[in-house]
Amino acid sequence: MSVSLDIRLKRANKVYHEGERLSGVLVISTRDALQHQGVSLSLEGLVNLQLSSKSVGVFEAFYNSVKPIQLVSSNMEVVKPGKVPAGRTEIPFEFPLQAKGSKVLYETYHGVFVNIQYTLRCDMRRPLLAKDLSKSCEFMLHCQPQKPKLPPSPVEFSITPETLQNVKERTSLPKFLIKGHLDATSCAITRPLTGELVVERSEVAIKSIELQLVRVETCGCAEGYARDATEIQNIQIAEGDVCHGLSIPIYMVFPRLFTCPTLETTNFKVEFEVNIVIVLHDDHLITENFPLKLVRV
Amino acid sequence: MASVQWHSRGRKYESEWQGCHLEGSAVEFSDYHPLKAITVTDSKSRRGGRKGSTSSTSSSSSSVALDPLSSMLDGTDPLSLFAAASETPTLPHSISAGELGRKRQEKEEEVGLDFEPWSSKRGEILSRFTTTEKLSINLFMGSDKSKASSPSSAVSEKVRTRLEELDDLEEGSQRELLNLSQQEYVNRIEELNQSLKEAWGSDQKVKALKIVIQCSKLLSDTSVIQFYPSKFVLITDILDTFGGLVYDRILTMCADPHPLPESFSADEVNDTAKETCLNWFFKIASIRELVPRLYVEAALLKCNRFLAKCGIQETLQRLTAMIRGIGDPLVAVYARAYLCRVGMEVAPHLKDSLNKNFFDLLASFRQIHGESVQNQLGLQRVEIPIYLTLYSPAIHWILQCVAYRAPEVLLTEMMDRCKKLGNNALLLNSVMWAFRAEFVATRATDFIGMIKDCDEAGFPKHLLFASLGRSLSCADPPESERLSILNEAWKVITKVRGPRDYINCAEIWVEFTCRHFTKREVNTVLADIIKHMTPDRAFEDAYPQLQSVINKILPYFHDFSVLFSMEKFLPFLDMFQKDSVRVEVCKSIMEVFIRHQQEATRDPVILNALLHICKTMHDSVNALTLDDEKRSLALLINGFIRMVSFGRDFEQQLSFCVEARATFCNLEPVIIHLIHTVNQLAMETRRVMKGNHSRKTAAFVRACAAYSFITIPSLTSIFSRLNLYLLSGQVALANQCLSQADAFLKAAVSILPEVPRTISIEGKQRSSEPFFLEFINNFLSTLLVVPDHPEQGVLYLVRGLLNMVQDYTWEDNSDAKVRVYISALPLLAAMSQESYLYTIPKVDSNETLYGGDPKFIAEINKLCETLIGQVLDHLKTLGRDEGVRRQCGLAFSLFGCLLAHGDLRNNKLNQLAVNLWNLSHKHGFCETRTSVRTLEYIKHQAQLADMSHLSDITTRLSLQSRA
Repeated sequence: MSVSLDIRLKRANKVYHEGERLSGVLVISTRDALQHQGVSLSLEGLVNLQLSSKSVGVFEAFYNSVKPIQLVSSNMEVVKPGKVPAGRTEIPFEFPLQAKGSKVLYETYHGVFVNIQYTLRCDMRRPLLAKDLSKSCEFMLHCQPQKPKLPPSPVEFSITPETLQNVKERTSLPKFLIKGHLDATSCAITRPLTGELVVERSEVAIKSIELQLVRVETCGCAEGYARDATEIQNIQIAEGDVCHGLSIPIYMVFPRLFTCPTLETTNFKVEFEVNIVIVLHDDHLITENFPLKLVRV
Repeated sequence: MASVQWHSRGRKYESEWQGCHLEGSAVEFSDYHPLKAITVTDSKSRRGGRKGSTSSTSSSSSSVALDPLSSMLDGTDPLSLFAAASETPTLPHSISAGELGRKRQEKEEEVGLDFEPWSSKRGEILSRFTTTEKLSINLFMGSDKSKASSPSSAVSEKVRTRLEELDDLEEGSQRELLNLSQQEYVNRIEELNQSLKEAWGSDQKVKALKIVIQCSKLLSDTSVIQFYPSKFVLITDILDTFGGLVYDRILTMCADPHPLPESFSADEVNDTAKETCLNWFFKIASIRELVPRLYVEAALLKCNRFLAKCGIQETLQRLTAMIRGIGDPLVAVYARAYLCRVGMEVAPHLKDSLNKNFFDLLASFRQIHGESVQNQLGLQRVEIPIYLTLYSPAIHWILQCVAYRAPEVLLTEMMDRCKKLGNNALLLNSVMWAFRAEFVATRATDFIGMIKDCDEAGFPKHLLFASLGRSLSCADPPESERLSILNEAWKVITKVRGPRDYINCAEIWVEFTCRHFTKREVNTVLADIIKHMTPDRAFEDAYPQLQSVINKILPYFHDFSVLFSMEKFLPFLDMFQKDSVRVEVCKSIMEVFIRHQQEATRDPVILNALLHICKTMHDSVNALTLDDEKRSLALLINGFIRMVSFGRDFEQQLSFCVEARATFCNLEPVIIHLIHTVNQLAMETRRVMKGNHSRKTAAFVRACAAYSFITIPSLTSIFSRLNLYLLSGQVALANQCLSQADAFLKAAVSILPEVPRTISIEGKQRSSEPFFLEFINNFLSTLLVVPDHPEQGVLYLVRGLLNMVQDYTWEDNSDAKVRVYISALPLLAAMSQESYLYTIPKVDSNETLYGGDPKFIAEINKLCETLIGQVLDHLKTLGRDEGVRRQCGLAFSLFGCLLAHGDLRNNKLNQLAVNLWNLSHKHGFCETRTSVRTLEYIKHQAQLADMSHLSDITTRLSLQSRA
């Protein structure tokens, strides 16, 4: 006897917004008629917070208090106990997406210490001696478009040995001048990060220029907090000794799931930064950091 | 049965002839012939045997100038067509989807056939850029997932695994293949291509992407730099495959519910397909390294069609700009070439990005001479000129895309930009290569100026001149400048030091020289080539180029007297010292000669030269030469011999044949052809003398006969010998050389026993019997006019022939011998007539020699009786089971023979005829229709005067049905 349970959402991209209806069908395929004690669907939105190992020691007491925050939760019985006929049965369903109480539905985000995830789960209870069946399916939640507070303005930068901080021996540094701009640091999450970079001159050949996208996650509250920056992705924009004086495009697509609009709540924060990393042939590593503000428009 | 007495029927050929005409019957009697049995009674094999009989005056020539097969196959045989097809993009040969894309675009007439497709460049690049150094492939393919999952458990498992697999490319197990030879490397890449397809086929999309990423990563590695262009070709093949797979898959996702039209827009694409497509792009956007990200995105360029209308355009522009980030100029220029190529395939109307690519290339041009390049070259020990040529294919391609149907103004602007750059030889070369030949041709003088200004140490100048020459061989520069162009160019070419470089360049300019100048200039060029190529036997390494020089000259010099009057032409040929090449060249010359020589010639220059060339071809024949090769050589030589004519100077012609025989003794078809030529010569003499030979001409034709007589025995093919003996005998007879004719015929009879029972025809063993019968029948018909030798007995040739036939070891169960006997009866009957059916002018046949002497007639009758006796004996032995059918056929033939040639007033013959009829009908194997028609014929004959006796025969002949 083989039974399969499947959830098919109506939207191919599985993206929904708060206030919308999550609709789809439940597909049960079975070879023979099937006895069951009810099929139910449950929807859940959770924020999982976790502390990095280096923080654990310091905030051990605090650690226990970090428990998942429930954003949305609802349950309904789709089919009453009874029998499902042999073959394919499709049961349409619909859920309103409403936050619990005064909470807001945050955008789906998969990070290291912060995870915001929405799942739809289907359970079929079955009589004794048969295993209950269940199936879950994640869907994406995008928050409502926000009005950008500031009009996007280009950010110019110019990197020379003099502008660098954290340098041990400034004298050993080779001379270079790298100029450029980012078109904006307040970015629409659906649009790529763009800009230009020109290696005006450099004494030592350049090995590589990279864009490093970094997430900064903060968990905690008034008593204390843990803040950790980790890399999401690293995109090389120049390889080898590039032509001096010729502008090189800066271009990076924000990955889905791993980025979300910059988020600040009472319990946690998710922020993003970009580093322009220049590796010289003598293995000098030059980094220029730009905090980003991501918005959904 | 008792022995029969033969009496030939008296024939009055004249009146029979008249009778036939009066009748105007359907039967064609115009070629009536005494040895031709009445066809209605003829059995199959004999009818076959008749065909060969010819009159004594004909001399057929055996081979024609160009046999219909080879002329039909002229350059377009199906195989070479097929091969050609694989080179053109219009035929679905290559599986790459890029190709398909291009095909589709062609339909929209955006890229026409005049655009040289990438597929034709491919092979050229692969064969040109090779290396003997060891190569390595570095693959960081992740092994199967066994890594601990990340701290957070909330991430959807599927998404995470995928991402980790992608990450894994950097961290996973590293597979490094070192010390690969070039061929191993190519095989490896092909393996990867296969595993890509397999992975895709088994739905392992992530693995497929990984393979593609790893492959494109190899393109950022420039170790063993000489091989880079070939590596580019190999790896972009994989990318093309991948692009095609992804595109096709998304397209099939859209096919539900009905397939998309050819020119769909993004709105018509369903959400699932769009989502899949987006997924691909997101995945690619997260590839860490620049070069793979660039290549993979370019490979998927076409998929942008699914997402947005102007997606392709935007992506092209973005990728074009992205290439600026590649520091290594060689890697960058090939990336540009790939982008242009994909761009041309997917959206040929987007010229902007092509131009942008070119201008970016100019902007970063100085990188080529930058420090890091110099360091790298030093490390790999590669010379600058060689390094620069590595750029050529890519820049050629970019320029070709840019220049394709570009307005003149744009081309001029491009050229000006190139001019402004220092060290621009590389660009100049590509400009000449890629821009329209007409464009280059009209500015040829300018180009020469620019080439001269180029730096000596950089790009090799001979290559520049080669490119220029290439353009000039397709388009004509202004007439007034041509000579100065040639002079200027040749001044440089002649100074090129390496013989290899020299010949590559000179070969191209030969075309231009031949096109516009006379033999004087061509001769000078040839002289120069000889001068360069002779020292140190440099020509040995340059046969293909030298051969191509010859092939370029030939089409322009159809007049061979002009060609051979070029002093340096033959010395040039002498440079081909490798046998196979030499023969190839000779063959191509002979082919052109045969095709274009209209009239026969006696020009000693041509004859000497061609004789020399033909001798070369002939001398290449050895025991190992294939039959086909021999045939084609013989064909060419025969073609030459046919074109030689000394007009009325027959003796000269004969002596030419003597010389030719000595020269071409190893090629049998040529010898046969020579014999035919000489026979024809004898007949021509006869025609000129109107049949009355003078002493001198008589001596001459005897000389011809002697030529044939001593030549024929050298042939190995027995039937060639037989037929030629017969033919030469006929010719000798026609020319009143009785003793010679006698000798020929005697020789023919004497070699009859040598005829093997089976001969090989086209590699298969066949019975020689049909050929043998055919020959004997032919021979018999000639014997009618051959007078008996005064010193030999009556009919000694006929007897001799029949004796040979009797002694010959025939195949078991064969009626051939008896059939010969039956065929001989009509001859003997014809011989006993008072005046013969045909005679040869000025040759007295037996009719005049014997004048119908009764002794002679009796002799003939006796012979006939013996023959009939033999036939009847044979019929008796056939009385048993299987022989019955054959018995019936033979009996009917003999009956027919008796009816036509025997005197049936004689009772015994009459009775024999009736018996034979009955025998042939006894078992019901006779064709009733034939029998009926025979009866009708007899009845018809019976009404004629002197034939009334036939009427009572008809009463005795009854038709028997099979039942």
